[in-house]
Amino acid sequence: MRPQGARLSREFVERLSWEKGEPAWMREHRLRCLAIFEKLPMPRFGPDLSALDLADLTYYARPVEPVRSWEELPEELRRTFQALGLPEAEQRALAGLGAQVDSEEVYRSLLAELRAKGVVFTSMERAVREFPEVREYFMRVIPPEDNKFAALHGAVWSGGTFIWVPEGVEVEIPLQAYYRMQTEGVGQFEHTLILAEPGSSLHYIEGCSAPRYSRASLHSGMVEIVAKEGARVRFTTIQNWSRNVYNLNNKRAWAYAGARVDWVSGSLGSRVTMLYPTTVLLGKGAATENLSFTFAQEGMWLDTGARAIHRAPDTSSRLVARSVVQGRATSVFRGTIHVAPEARGAKAHMECSTLLLSPEARTETIPVVRAETDEVELGHEATVGRVSQEQLFYLRSRGLDEAQALSLIVNGFVSPILKEIPWEYALELRRLLEMSFEKAVA
Amino acid sequence: MAALVVRDLAVRVGDKLVLQDVDLELAPARIHALMGPNGSGKSTLALALAGHPAYAVVRGQALLEGQDLLPLPPEARARAGLLVAFQNPPEVEGVKLREFLRLACAERGQGFCEFQKAFPLALARLRLQDFRDRELNVGFSGGEKKRAELLQLYLLRPKVALLDEPDSGVDVDALKLIAEVIREMAEAGTAVLLITHNPRLLTYLPPAQVFVLLDGRIAECGGPELACKIGEEGFEVVRR
Repeated sequence: MRPQGARLSREFVERLSWEKGEPAWMREHRLRCLAIFEKLPMPRFGPDLSALDLADLTYYARPVEPVRSWEELPEELRRTFQALGLPEAEQRALAGLGAQVDSEEVYRSLLAELRAKGVVFTSMERAVREFPEVREYFMRVIPPEDNKFAALHGAVWSGGTFIWVPEGVEVEIPLQAYYRMQTEGVGQFEHTLILAEPGSSLHYIEGCSAPRYSRASLHSGMVEIVAKEGARVRFTTIQNWSRNVYNLNNKRAWAYAGARVDWVSGSLGSRVTMLYPTTVLLGKGAATENLSFTFAQEGMWLDTGARAIHRAPDTSSRLVARSVVQGRATSVFRGTIHVAPEARGAKAHMECSTLLLSPEARTETIPVVRAETDEVELGHEATVGRVSQEQLFYLRSRGLDEAQALSLIVNGFVSPILKEIPWEYALELRRLLEMSFEKAVA
Repeated sequence: MAALVVRDLAVRVGDKLVLQDVDLELAPARIHALMGPNGSGKSTLALALAGHPAYAVVRGQALLEGQDLLPLPPEARARAGLLVAFQNPPEVEGVKLREFLRLACAERGQGFCEFQKAFPLALARLRLQDFRDRELNVGFSGGEKKRAELLQLYLLRPKVALLDEPDSGVDVDALKLIAEVIREMAEAGTAVLLITHNPRLLTYLPPAQVFVLLDGRIAECGGPELACKIGEEGFEVVRR
């Protein structure tokens, strides 16, 4: 399919489905989603999306053919992935790795021992054709009616990963996916579905980046996680999208009895991000932790949040956010805790701290706590701090330059979250922070 | 040769000329005192020399071993060897004392191994063993802040140390400790300027030279006997 032809229309959606060789149910699903998309309004809250022209996006692009080894990739892309440390991480620290450029996967690997244990780690397209379980869960965790971008995603999704971890299998080393948007003005809509059978465990890491263009592009991925009884899933995302990317995602998990789902999100890039990972605690004793770190810089609006929906007794949630705002940028945190009447004995805690590095930096914290039972333990705290000129001068008077002083303060502020991130990523985060201070000071 | 020579310094804060015609020389390995009533401009002098952006130097020079510090940003002045112990150091949340000092020592050219050895010794010397992983000045008492300031200078070994009221809010035992540490620093070669309006500290640390600052000008300059006189009769001695 040529990019010029990949504008949003019923014809495009039908052709996409046909070219992917999908079963009829998926084709119908796409068309139903398209109809819902056309009816739903744009989000009525948060950042300004008026510069995002949905009619002007390229909804499908495949600039690179899939390869079996890194060496086969085109020189430029190979160098990009090398600079990102992917081949090295694959060797050293990962159980499996998938890489997607624009609409299609270009590379995927999985350790043989995991394959032998029955772990499935495959492209979403293949899963739709080959695994009947997919039909049972695909966009059931997040239905298209939920919001306009969920519906859009359902109509035009392409790429992404299906993971199935059999009962009792513990995947001890992380699996990783890397998303790259390469073509100017492209939309990327990968779909990730994780089914963790009872007693299994998994750590999944996503990384994202794109070269900078002047035209807006859209990343609207969807992640659905089903953690069955006693399963543990940790989902880590570090996005460093370029400043022309609108990053509007949907991520949600179901946690059954005794299951645990943890979200760790680092948002460093994009022009606009809207991201509110949600866990629905469906079974007794299910737990979730949601750690979010955002670094909003000049011209950015990072609208993030976390939601925990308690629908069973003795469930627990902990939502922790740390935001740093520099220059004329905005950071908003929307935290929602909902405790249903049947969730007696639930425990929920939310804390949000923001550090403002400039007088123009803007921040807002919007907590929504609704408890429909009295037998619940709720905690909530929010703080906003500002780096003062006195603090900066003090550190400088000991021989640190301004960039060192800022990064010392910011590192200290975010360290509770960085501890939860795999160390390679924590290191990378620190490096990105330092680079941005050097730039800002220069 | 003097470690620091200040010549004809004039400093403005906002529209107000706070210091003028300030001349002073600090000798290496010597203790000097800068005395003066509240509001006479003592802290302004220290902060202006350190490069605080709110203090605008109108004219003058501050030569550290011949190099004029005044055109330099604060960090370059510190790296050149001029450090101030603040009267009221700010609290810096999230920054661990150890982490901060490790970086600052590296900027002064001290290696990591050297720091690893020197840091616990310095903590013990200042009786701050429990502060290793504390956040910088956060929740410190007045006296603890003074000791932590001195700890920093003790480790960073400046050529010139400007100590802004290291004695205020400090109990007698801690005062003796602080005096001993300052004496040690001077013996190791640092040119020390004690800024105080309280002569008690000077009985522990007799200064080689005393400068008296009144209304933004050096009004008098003399030997240790000047500090004694001010101790007995107050700053009126100088005014007359």
